[in-house]
Amino acid sequence: MSESEEVLRLAGVCKVYNPGTPQETEVLHGIDLRLARGELSALIGPSGSGKSTLLNLIGLLDSPSAGELYLLGRPTRELDDAARTRLRNEAIGFVFQFHHLIPAFSVLDNVLMPLMIRHGKPGAEDIERARGLLAEVGLEGFAAKKATELSGGQQQRVAIARALVTHPALLLADEPTGNLDTRTAENVFELFRRFNAQFGCAVLVVTHDPRLAAGCPRTVELVDGWIVGGADRASGSP
Amino acid sequence: MGGSLWLEWKIALRFLLDNYLQTLLILVGITVGCAVIVFITALVTGLQSNVIARTLGTQAHIRMLPPDEVNRVLPAPPGVLALDLENPRPQRLRSIGNWQAVRDVLDRQPEILAVSPMVSGPAMGRRGVARASVALLGIDPVRYLRVVPVADELIAGRFEIGAGHAVIGKKLAEDLGLELGDKLRLDAGEGREAVVDVAGIFELGVRELDARHVYLDLKQAQTLLDLPGAVTVIDTTVADIFAAEDLAVRLARLTGLKAESWMATNGELLNALRSQTMTTQMIRVFVGLSVAFGIASVLAVSVVQRTREIGILRAMGSPRGQILRVFLLQGGLLGLLGSGVGGGLAWLLVQAFNRFGARLFEILVEPTLIPGAMAVATLTGVLAAAVPARRAARYDPAVAIRYV
Repeated sequence: MSESEEVLRLAGVCKVYNPGTPQETEVLHGIDLRLARGELSALIGPSGSGKSTLLNLIGLLDSPSAGELYLLGRPTRELDDAARTRLRNEAIGFVFQFHHLIPAFSVLDNVLMPLMIRHGKPGAEDIERARGLLAEVGLEGFAAKKATELSGGQQQRVAIARALVTHPALLLADEPTGNLDTRTAENVFELFRRFNAQFGCAVLVVTHDPRLAAGCPRTVELVDGWIVGGADRASGSP
Repeated sequence: MGGSLWLEWKIALRFLLDNYLQTLLILVGITVGCAVIVFITALVTGLQSNVIARTLGTQAHIRMLPPDEVNRVLPAPPGVLALDLENPRPQRLRSIGNWQAVRDVLDRQPEILAVSPMVSGPAMGRRGVARASVALLGIDPVRYLRVVPVADELIAGRFEIGAGHAVIGKKLAEDLGLELGDKLRLDAGEGREAVVDVAGIFELGVRELDARHVYLDLKQAQTLLDLPGAVTVIDTTVADIFAAEDLAVRLARLTGLKAESWMATNGELLNALRSQTMTTQMIRVFVGLSVAFGIASVLAVSVVQRTREIGILRAMGSPRGQILRVFLLQGGLLGLLGSGVGGGLAWLLVQAFNRFGARLFEILVEPTLIPGAMAVATLTGVLAAAVPARRAARYDPAVAIRYV
């Protein structure tokens, strides 16, 4: 894998909560991980293994206590909040377990939100792109509806469209099918596979569901803050 | 990410509309608060200018009087301890020395609008067996009417005082049973008497003046009061009525006379006006504070309710400043909207007061009052939103997004 194809690299990333206090807990112990462009990976592990913490770090919602996290080749640990926020908007798309649409806005506005945050009033091209994505997830007729009028599965598909509207280099999904029934979950997961192929972004899906994990070409397993499987094939470590 | 506030406006309006019941309730609160502030301000301003107009409509702003007579005590020779027993001197009716020159000096002062020299003293008015004590006012009518426009308050006859004519108050006319053209005998003591025709009757609405004032020609009054060629008072009006006291002090130094401003002679009134202004100010501040706290508490609740949405926006790359501005805008919008409606409501109240009220006086809403109140309310809204908005901006997105 060449450097240009590398979307994400974690080098010895540790996370310690409440450092210097009696409650000090080290959640992640020196994580090394690479994600290449176009790679679809599942992050699995039991509850409390540090999956959410790792996802927060990768999503630049939190910063590591030690080690370095490179996003698109740029070191991020020393970035201030404003720079991390900008990088989130430019490079990362999020899909959360509880879809997290903004209920006050229409479906179309929800999809457009990352673009509106980036440059204010959306242009015709932005709206076209958002409508196109809504069509891709099969919700072209729902653009004007309030987010709350949709079913759980539909909302999750809107959330995926929203995460992809900026054409991010990295798509992060935290238990995206956690509260969906099996069939809906299959459909949603199918979208990840399709967009991964279509847009060529790196996708990291956190999941409990072994069947979904099995559908991914690569599985990273986290146990007690250590990566126990599939960590970094490029470097050859376990 | 965007210099314009387009998205901030969109989110702020959406949040307000989405929670319309909460928005409506706080808007009613702001509206009522602003209506109270605007109405009470207009009412008190109207009341005060009315009271001042009435008070000053019947008196000079500054009166120039001869200085009080004092005892002059010879200094004791050195080495002698002198114990003086002093009785205050009686203040006889005296002329202002060289009053023509003083009048001309006052005429040249740019702050003074009108100057009216006058001779004034006590007398007895008689008609048949009825008697009344009166105040003789010998005036130059052209100059005097510029200070106190008595001619506007005539209820009968004309303002004519030359050639044995007099203008008297309504109460005096009633007491002595006088009508237009009737004779009034004036007795100023020591055998100085005159009989004048009643040419006009005025009503200033001040009982004391209506019962006592008798306006005469300057010459005739001087003769009656045995002060030939003299004036005892110079009345003036000034441009800035609230600068009258300062000006009086200056004029006293300039002329060597005693100068009494309306502010000094109406200390009680001025005190009442000042306490009224202070009370109004306090009401405004406290109503304003409660409106501000209302906005702050509603937005504080809203920030908690919107925790997860704030987290989502932050995760999608919304900077802290954007979140801050969204909530500041909501505060400002609430203030602007509430004060706009409140100002309109207060304006309607004023119209109703003027039309259906007791009609004691007219309230005028100054053109700057409502826009001013709206500007202050908008600013108050933004300031009140500051604390909740800062809190929202400081949410940790990773925590906020999982908030249930």
